[in-house]
Amino acid sequence: MTDIDPVEIKRIRWRSRRGLLELDIVLERFLANGFDQLTMAELAAYRKCLELGDNDFLDYVNGKAEVDDPELAHIIGILRAV
Amino acid sequence: MTVPVRRFDAVIVGGGGAGMRAALQLSESGLKTAVLSKVFPTRSHTVAAQGGISASLGNVQEDRWEWHMYDTVKGSDWLGDQDAIEFMCRKAPEAVIELEHFGMPFDRLENGKIYQRPFGGHTQNNGESPVQRACAAADRTGHAMLHTLYQRNVRANTQFFVEWMALDLIRDEAGDVVGVTALEMETGEVYIFHAKAVLFATGGAGRIYAASTNAFINTGDGLGMCVRAGIPLEDMEFWQFHPTGVAGAGVLITEGVRGEGGILLNANGERFMERYAPNLKDLAPRDFVARSMEQEVLEGRGCGPNKDYVLLKLDHLGPDIIKQRLPGIREIAIKFAGVDPIKEPIPVIPTCHYMMGGIPTNYRGEVVIPQGDNPEARVNGFYAAGECACASVHGANRLGTNSLLDLVVFGKSAGDSMVEFIRNEMPNWKPLPANAAERSLARISRLDNQTNGEDVTEVRTAMQRTVQARAAVFRNSENLALGVKEIQEVAERVKRIQIKDKSKVFNTARVEALELENLIEVAVATLISADARKESRGAHAHADFQQRDDEVWMKHTLYYGDDRRLTYKPVHTKPLSVDYIPPKERTF
Repeated sequence: MTDIDPVEIKRIRWRSRRGLLELDIVLERFLANGFDQLTMAELAAYRKCLELGDNDFLDYVNGKAEVDDPELAHIIGILRAV
Repeated sequence: MTVPVRRFDAVIVGGGGAGMRAALQLSESGLKTAVLSKVFPTRSHTVAAQGGISASLGNVQEDRWEWHMYDTVKGSDWLGDQDAIEFMCRKAPEAVIELEHFGMPFDRLENGKIYQRPFGGHTQNNGESPVQRACAAADRTGHAMLHTLYQRNVRANTQFFVEWMALDLIRDEAGDVVGVTALEMETGEVYIFHAKAVLFATGGAGRIYAASTNAFINTGDGLGMCVRAGIPLEDMEFWQFHPTGVAGAGVLITEGVRGEGGILLNANGERFMERYAPNLKDLAPRDFVARSMEQEVLEGRGCGPNKDYVLLKLDHLGPDIIKQRLPGIREIAIKFAGVDPIKEPIPVIPTCHYMMGGIPTNYRGEVVIPQGDNPEARVNGFYAAGECACASVHGANRLGTNSLLDLVVFGKSAGDSMVEFIRNEMPNWKPLPANAAERSLARISRLDNQTNGEDVTEVRTAMQRTVQARAAVFRNSENLALGVKEIQEVAERVKRIQIKDKSKVFNTARVEALELENLIEVAVATLISADARKESRGAHAHADFQQRDDEVWMKHTLYYGDDRRLTYKPVHTKPLSVDYIPPKERTF
């Protein structure tokens, strides 16, 4: 992730603050453990996840809903394992 | 140092349900309106409200707003202001139908009307029998409300400032509110928002507790700003709790788990509820179970390295029952407690959910404070709505589904009051005081220059542990007095918090430090207000004063931060049009 603008990384970290506590907890763990190792493609997918509504995002992370978008499926898999 | 100034007719701090409902009222009136929000508005904590929004539409069963009013007054344990409660309950049907017309996708009956579901505490004919009063959009009512209001605001040209954190309220020499200072996270720059009227809709502050269902953004920013600007906070001793949240996480474990046979154990493996409630045991009422759990912890029989939780045991039910009858619980336990309840018990603790107190307002959304003989003089140009405000409709305890209703009814009412004020009393901006941004700049500069200071996370944890241990559901004189002393010690440490990252752009460490400065004001207000109230009422259950004392204590607490003193003001006993509902013992 060395090529990425450090400001963009900070912005992504802030946008990981959500309206739902469950997501806050999962994403906080992920930011502390795993986030720094993301590839560029994974980071782009994570950024796309952050655009999701909180309920949809949580349903994906909890496995309540299936992820149709192949681009998101992999990163959601990582988040499910956090 | 010159601070850039932006000018609007109205500035709203907070982009949740209340802030956006008020903004809509202002923008649609043609006023230039700004909404400042730390996060994108549809990611506000309103999104977490699942239960629904109450209104006596009578679509399923006969219902009347007077019955809704009775339930709310009773729920409040007679601390709610009856004029504000009447106002909210009368306006509820209109508010819900308006949301429907805005396009909010409510669940429907076959005849096309809005479906209404039953909910605890909602009754017909003043407590006689349950009634179906809660309107919902599946289990996403809050989410649907936010999206509906956001779309309407975009159409009405409300100007959103997303990822901006308001820092301080600006009052002029007369005490009138003329704007706020705010930090643009993208650049780290401080701006002045100069306004004819300002509304706070900053939500709750549940993060003062170690165990909280609140999202991380709920840091009581509006309350902190008020305390620093000399505005008192009302009824801060009243916080609503849920008995079983996952310890260390706050995620709720439904009460259905105990209904299915789950039992609570202390560190000795004892089923302690048998001692407190020999008949009902683990199925005793919610608040009773919560207090018993905390008493175990306080008496040293808590579990874990810090002895600060009890255990919810399910494994005796067997894997089939756990999987069939309690879907989702196993996943929650594994994900948030790190235990599989088929094999191990879940660590649980009473968990803070909702703040009944807040910024003192009337039902018009105007912020009101004591001045001379008047206990409720209007602060010109200042309004508040939603969880951060205390109107007071929830009194000592909130009735389920009244929180979403509060957002839209008082958001709209405050918006209307602001339009009227701006049109009739404030056609032009009052001048900004010369030192308008001084306090905010000093706060930031202290953070940048502090050396040998305290770590933000450590001090925040100390605050949360203190509030949890001293002012959660089990309260007594000794414990509260200790809490008052301890929290003031933590407040001294907050004055010396330090950040390592001094950069300007998207510096979340700085934001978290500024948030802690708000949280601590709420925490101190909570302890001092709770310590002083020598009775039990609603969510404030005092072991040394177990009765409600209407003679002495039917009054609202007001906490002033400058000298940490309390005053009191009367509860409004005159509804707008109906007879007063006199106090009764609260039995169910």
